[in-house]
Amino acid sequence: MNNARYLRRRLTNVVNMGVAVLLTGLALFFLAWILFVLAAKGIGYVHPALFVESTPGAGIPGGGLENAFIGSLIMTGLGLLMGAPVGILAATYLAEFGHHTRLAMTVRFINDVLLSAPSIVIGVFVYGVVVEPMGHFSGWAGAIALAIIALPVTVRTTDSMLQLVPDQMREAAIALGTPRWKVTVWIVYRASLPGIVTGVLLATARIIGEAAPLLFTSLGNQFLTLNPNRPMAAVPQVLFNFAMGPYENWHRIAWAGALTTTLLVLLLMIAARLPSGRGRSAKSGQGR
Amino acid sequence: MSGSERLTLALTGIAKLRRGRRIDVLFRWMTEVFAWAVLLVLGAIVIELLRDSWPAFSRFGFGFFTSSAWNPVTDDYGAASSILGTLVTSFIAILLAVPISFGIALFLTELAPLWLRRPVGIAVELLAGIPSIIYGIWGLFIFAPWFADNVQIKLTDYLGGLPVVGTLFQGPPIGLGWAVAGLVLTIMIIPFIAAVMRDVFELVPTTLKESAYALGSTRWEVIRHIVLPYTSVGVIGGIMLGLGRALGETMAVTFVVGNAHDVHASLFMPGNTIASTIANEFTEATSLPHRSALIALGLILFVITFIVLALAKLLLMRLERAQGQKA
Repeated sequence: MNNARYLRRRLTNVVNMGVAVLLTGLALFFLAWILFVLAAKGIGYVHPALFVESTPGAGIPGGGLENAFIGSLIMTGLGLLMGAPVGILAATYLAEFGHHTRLAMTVRFINDVLLSAPSIVIGVFVYGVVVEPMGHFSGWAGAIALAIIALPVTVRTTDSMLQLVPDQMREAAIALGTPRWKVTVWIVYRASLPGIVTGVLLATARIIGEAAPLLFTSLGNQFLTLNPNRPMAAVPQVLFNFAMGPYENWHRIAWAGALTTTLLVLLLMIAARLPSGRGRSAKSGQGR
Repeated sequence: MSGSERLTLALTGIAKLRRGRRIDVLFRWMTEVFAWAVLLVLGAIVIELLRDSWPAFSRFGFGFFTSSAWNPVTDDYGAASSILGTLVTSFIAILLAVPISFGIALFLTELAPLWLRRPVGIAVELLAGIPSIIYGIWGLFIFAPWFADNVQIKLTDYLGGLPVVGTLFQGPPIGLGWAVAGLVLTIMIIPFIAAVMRDVFELVPTTLKESAYALGSTRWEVIRHIVLPYTSVGVIGGIMLGLGRALGETMAVTFVVGNAHDVHASLFMPGNTIASTIANEFTEATSLPHRSALIALGLILFVITFIVLALAKLLLMRLERAQGQKA
């Protein structure tokens, strides 16, 4: 018997497995650390004023993030309105008509690359094609940048969701004489609706926390505006300016904003997992 | 029913069918146009970046890549410090994130009891959901000071005096620099690498693993000699995906990298990355050469990440195809 060797193999095994558990713990520890810090630093300033007062100027006490929350809401909404339908229709082509044609495979490939493309570059792009020709920063420019970021997330999730619909369902409908477009809209979309909602929720979670593409598209605005044709504030962009700024009051508001944004994003991500009922499906859109 | 009535009925039926067919063609055509839109976005980004970065490339030539100058007063720009910073911070992140992600994937696929897999998996995925800007704020106010006081000072004490490698660990104890940027990036890319690793580990046929166990392998040996070789292509794909993420990460890095246009050899000195330089200076860049130089940086970043991410995707597709053939 080779007892020493056996012992060494078992020891290696136990040590390596122990390290794996520790490393998982380490990752979870960082998640807990960040969430704890956000809660501890942010909770004190989450009060009604945060939602009904606009961002304070340099050195001015009080204030809130009303203009930023509303700006975020408007730009995220517009971004989704532009990005999600395009993404869903593109994914419809991929799953219903393109299948494994060269065009469909190319689109999937490029889409996956866009999914992880640096968002700051998207900002530079939108600056060049929207802000410069218009001559000024605007909420529209910010919304377009967010739409470009939302697009690949929607395409990816919707594509895999539509593919999950069994072909028998399509064939049954076609056999009854249903036109192809009605099959897609009334059978396939309906069957995969929870999945499509998941995709849109994930896209929302993704773009609502984006600051980089907004820095030089929507720029930011100290005052409340509902007009997307003007520069507009967004929560992440305000957080950037406030956290980098020298004022204690700005920092407090930044922590409160950080807490609310993170909670919103995490809630959206968890909600995205609910309708489909499966973690697997929801993950595909997060492979960013 | 009279003959003429039957005829009208048949005709309306045909008309209805024709209309359905027309809408069909239209619908298909419309979805195809939107599929092209995805490609169009990529093409437009490349063309726009090429167009607007041209003034910088024609003005500075190839020297743009090697010059470390960054002077808005004399309008003299070079990308060296930004490119170096991007590579160094991403390298640190990959170096640390790969073993940690491997541990997580191992835990999730082989060790954890079934009821624990889903919650832990979701928790790790939430790490990917936390917005970049939050990592930045946490890094700037919490992590960087902690790192400076507890880790950096000790490293400088013990390692700063060594010949050659010593310079790596010298710098002001403020925490802001390549090291902390790399560490924050590590946490940010772990979920992406871990998710891919977990998914490809699950592809390993159970029979293969059970055969190894039956021969008396320990769990570690099964992973080392069965799971890893079987999934190596996918694992490398996951690592490339994480690298692509780290290279392009903007807000978190901008907060903690220190933002100085220096080329130096110390991990603890303030530096910058391509993304942080653009984020910091783009709105203030009023002269054409300055703006064009920043857009040129954007183009360089886009090209680098595109290559890395495309490679990642190709590797993962190769694994998928091999998988499909076996099934």
